[in-house]
Amino acid sequence: MNAPLRTDATWRALVLGLPWLWLLLLGLAPLGLAVAISFGTASEGAPPYDPPLAWSADGLRVAPSLESYALVVGDDLYVVAFFNSLRVAGLATLLCLAIGYPMALAIARAPAPRRPLLLLFVMLPFWTSFLVRVYAWTTLLRPTGIINTALLAAGAIDAPLELFASEPAMLIGIVYSYLPFMVLPLALSIERVDPDVLAAAADLGARPRTVLLRILVPLTWPGIVAGSALVFVPAAGEFVIPDLLGPSDTPMIGRILWNEFFANRDWPAASMIAVLLLVVLVLPVAAIQRAAARAERGVR
Amino acid sequence: MTRGERFVLPAALGAGYFFLYLPLAIVIVYSFNESRLVTVWSGLSARWYGELLANDRILDAAGLSLGVGLCAATLATVLGTLAGVAMARFGRFRARFLFAVLLAAPLVMPEVVTGLTLLLMFVTLEQVVGWPDGRGFATLVLAHASFGLSYVAVIVQARMAMLDPALEEAAADLGAPPARVFRAVTLPLLLPAAAAGWLLAFTLSLDDLVIASFTSGPGATTLPMYVFASVRLGVSPQVNALGTVLVGFAATLGLVAWAIWRRTAR
Repeated sequence: MNAPLRTDATWRALVLGLPWLWLLLLGLAPLGLAVAISFGTASEGAPPYDPPLAWSADGLRVAPSLESYALVVGDDLYVVAFFNSLRVAGLATLLCLAIGYPMALAIARAPAPRRPLLLLFVMLPFWTSFLVRVYAWTTLLRPTGIINTALLAAGAIDAPLELFASEPAMLIGIVYSYLPFMVLPLALSIERVDPDVLAAAADLGARPRTVLLRILVPLTWPGIVAGSALVFVPAAGEFVIPDLLGPSDTPMIGRILWNEFFANRDWPAASMIAVLLLVVLVLPVAAIQRAAARAERGVR
Repeated sequence: MTRGERFVLPAALGAGYFFLYLPLAIVIVYSFNESRLVTVWSGLSARWYGELLANDRILDAAGLSLGVGLCAATLATVLGTLAGVAMARFGRFRARFLFAVLLAAPLVMPEVVTGLTLLLMFVTLEQVVGWPDGRGFATLVLAHASFGLSYVAVIVQARMAMLDPALEEAAADLGAPPARVFRAVTLPLLLPAAAAGWLLAFTLSLDDLVIASFTSGPGATTLPMYVFASVRLGVSPQVNALGTVLVGFAATLGLVAWAIWRRTAR
């Protein structure tokens, strides 16, 4: 065996045991519960649902219900919200790529001693309060906000622009909040590309555009996939940004889940949305991630 | 790409930084505005900071958030370090893929899903084993440690990948049992990464709104929950001041973590 650390079984069990216990209890089991409770029915009790499986005096009662899933079929609000969320998350991911790739390229091609500092300035906003960053945009975009006040004062507009509570405002908020997650993996993956490869292509007559599209992008594909997943998946289920910046008439799935839970107290419906969100989002992303990891191993 | 490298790329980077920092700068500047109207500048003043200190609800929320953050970050660091070491050094252990997926899930999973599923778990645990009794401090700590440990594990695993396994092998060859190798060789080398991870987990805990909203109970309002409730009511100079404090605090922690990480990466 070429295991780097000669570990005996007890030591490994000790190191692995605690995280395993935690991940199973607070990672896997909660997901299983959400699946189970999505087949329950809402009730007036505490907690406000009847589970699909229950022990009572007369033994095990099995009564799975499709009530919450019937909601999706009966009301197209949920489907519309899903599509809105996926569309907005997709747009935000593309915008993050468009803004983030040049930034990452600039960082990766900067002199090596300067790179950590440049990366720090991308990551620092991620460290600072997410809520405050979203709030900052409300102060900018409101009808009485800074942008409108400045434009009115300058005489450029007669009435305040409707920037706030709109889809563009929501998109700006998402791109703004998730941009660091795109730039970091991109910069790390571009950094690993040998500059001589790009120089060789240029020497052989490839134009900059060709070098970018035919060489740099394929070589940094794992970074693109990682960055896109880190933006797309959380953005699609985002609650805070649509709530504070988004239009009230565009249903978004994260808000619907929140409202089912907090306003309607319909836990099975909220669970159903969580389950569908996971199926729609996480499974394809995991598949892409695995494919990218395999591609990366193949390249080396 | 010579021309691009010289002009276009730095310009794109500069514009990117401008985009990232402008809104924060505006919140900070306007927190020192004397006027009650958020967009009218009427002079320099620290009055809103004074009002923060006089607001008991803010102070209570800050106290709860700090307590939860300290406990959650510590728990996350212990568990995340173990998980990161296992991922980096244990090769192909049983069900490694599931372990890796569960470990990485909180990094990408929508927060509403993480929050809701954890809440369902806490409620079910309470029904089955009688603990946790209601929701509040304990459930907030468990929930925050759950996502914090994923970030710690990523940092620790990255650090382990930089360490030469020969150091640990040498200690083992000299007869040290695995626990001794870990304590005497691995842990000191890992300490900076664990410290950076702790700071990240702490910052993320202080910042979390969505997961806390699901897993908290009546009477336990964290600082982000308070901020969110006030932001929903509208823009206020007091929120600007509170936001500035939060941004300053988090940015300081971030810079410390970065400095620790940089010193070890060399």
